[in-house]
Amino acid sequence: MSGPQFEVHKLPHAHHEVANNGQALSRRRFLAGTGAAAAAASGTIGLRLAHAEAVGLNLPRELAEGTRAAAVLDALPGKKPLIKLSYRPPNYETPIEYFRTAITPNDAFFVRYHTSDIPEADAETWTVAVGGEGANGQTEFTLDDLRRMPAVEVVAVNQCSGNRRGLFQPHVPGVEWGYGAMGCARWKGARLKDVLDKVGVNKEAIEIVFDGADSPVLAKTPDFIKSIPVWKAMEDSTLIAYEMNGQPLPHFNGFPARIIVPGWTGTYWVKHVTSIKAVTKPETGFWMNPAYRIPVGKFPLVTRFTSQETAVNTPITEIMVNSLITSHVEGAGVRAGLPITIGGIAWDAGYGISTVDLSTDAGKTWQPAKLGDDLGRFAFRTFAHSLTPISKGKLIVMARAANKIGQTQTSELILNPAGYHHNVIQSLALNVA
Amino acid sequence: MRIFAVALLAGAFAVPAAAGEKPVQLKEAPGLAKVETNCGGCHSLDYVVMNSPFPTAVQWDTVVTKMIKAFGAPIEETDAKTIADYLKKNYGS
Repeated sequence: MSGPQFEVHKLPHAHHEVANNGQALSRRRFLAGTGAAAAAASGTIGLRLAHAEAVGLNLPRELAEGTRAAAVLDALPGKKPLIKLSYRPPNYETPIEYFRTAITPNDAFFVRYHTSDIPEADAETWTVAVGGEGANGQTEFTLDDLRRMPAVEVVAVNQCSGNRRGLFQPHVPGVEWGYGAMGCARWKGARLKDVLDKVGVNKEAIEIVFDGADSPVLAKTPDFIKSIPVWKAMEDSTLIAYEMNGQPLPHFNGFPARIIVPGWTGTYWVKHVTSIKAVTKPETGFWMNPAYRIPVGKFPLVTRFTSQETAVNTPITEIMVNSLITSHVEGAGVRAGLPITIGGIAWDAGYGISTVDLSTDAGKTWQPAKLGDDLGRFAFRTFAHSLTPISKGKLIVMARAANKIGQTQTSELILNPAGYHHNVIQSLALNVA
Repeated sequence: MRIFAVALLAGAFAVPAAAGEKPVQLKEAPGLAKVETNCGGCHSLDYVVMNSPFPTAVQWDTVVTKMIKAFGAPIEETDAKTIADYLKKNYGS
């Protein structure tokens, strides 16, 4: 779990055969009465927590006490045990051990849903309807239709807007994510632009609106519907993806096809996409406003989503430059006098990582880490730096990433009501013996 | 009796539960039955545990109001107060 050599920590995922195809999974719809009855008969949360911690949850120390009690390692069908924060809708984050490489395995990729009814798609009969009042026509595309179009691959980070929300002080209500509501995959699919060009987007269109097959339990609960500006939809890297790391998308990551919006947070990456509409008025649903909003002027943003801006807030868009040390977990033991390699990943909105610097003296001095392979401007970039702990006791290692347009991680948390965009410089404590 | 009520409500909503959803037992205290029947139909109750014990009384009121106003939870006014009181007392700051 923790040790001196960054390179030696290979994860044992090669041993597991995983059903990536959603069709291979058993149906999971049944009445919750079963679960509720079992709930009444059980009081074992504490026991399960103890068990889970023994196998390595590595929860950040900043999480609330209740978050620590709710978080357990649990495997969804087709997935490795991930850090479960909520069962229904399923919100599961990736343990940091899986971030020791730039590509996150499909079966360890985080899961995030807003609503609880998540039907399994049939690849044979699935279609996505493309049209809307801002389009010149309406067409349905099958999976085969998408596959016949020019295929594009992009390695890109999908990060939840609220990743690290659980680290906010004061705590902010919501899904209390630690470090793992993110992942980086090689996505393959058709360009959204090519699909939209088939129906023709007219000059009046201002946003492209996505809806997926997942839906709420109650008719009155807002369905998860998201929009992006037309200019973003038309970028070469914005895709309807049907493959993830060379495999069909896992059911819980959007099988058979999802929207990929590299550079922007995961909220726009609509899973199980069934409807794409060009619209001439801003989308007004709950999930566009008031949800997923950040205050105007607080974060360094380059691109704007002007049709959705108000005087006080704007939709969350670009991912903030960030990094994570993954070679060692909090509290890992190392030996004085022996060299260790501190490693991890850095990423941003697609401007490209320029440097990752490390400090072991509370930020007084910084040493540049060596960057790993460049898998593309939207990808995780690995970094590594060797150092030799001298004194016994606690050693605090800090990592700070910067990107090619001069943005760096923040040293002070930028407070905002929904707990988004946490990119505070990490301080990891090692125990030197 | 409470189990029976939960099952009835779950049936009415045709709740889709996640495979392998484990039971979440909230603290036994006045109001728990209302929480289970009114909240557990749409989401697992670990949402409550996860969001604790930090919410202030005002924050728990805001959450309950959001569930009714924004998410359309059909909760009677008196039940909403019972639920908010339970959350504040057992999972609040």
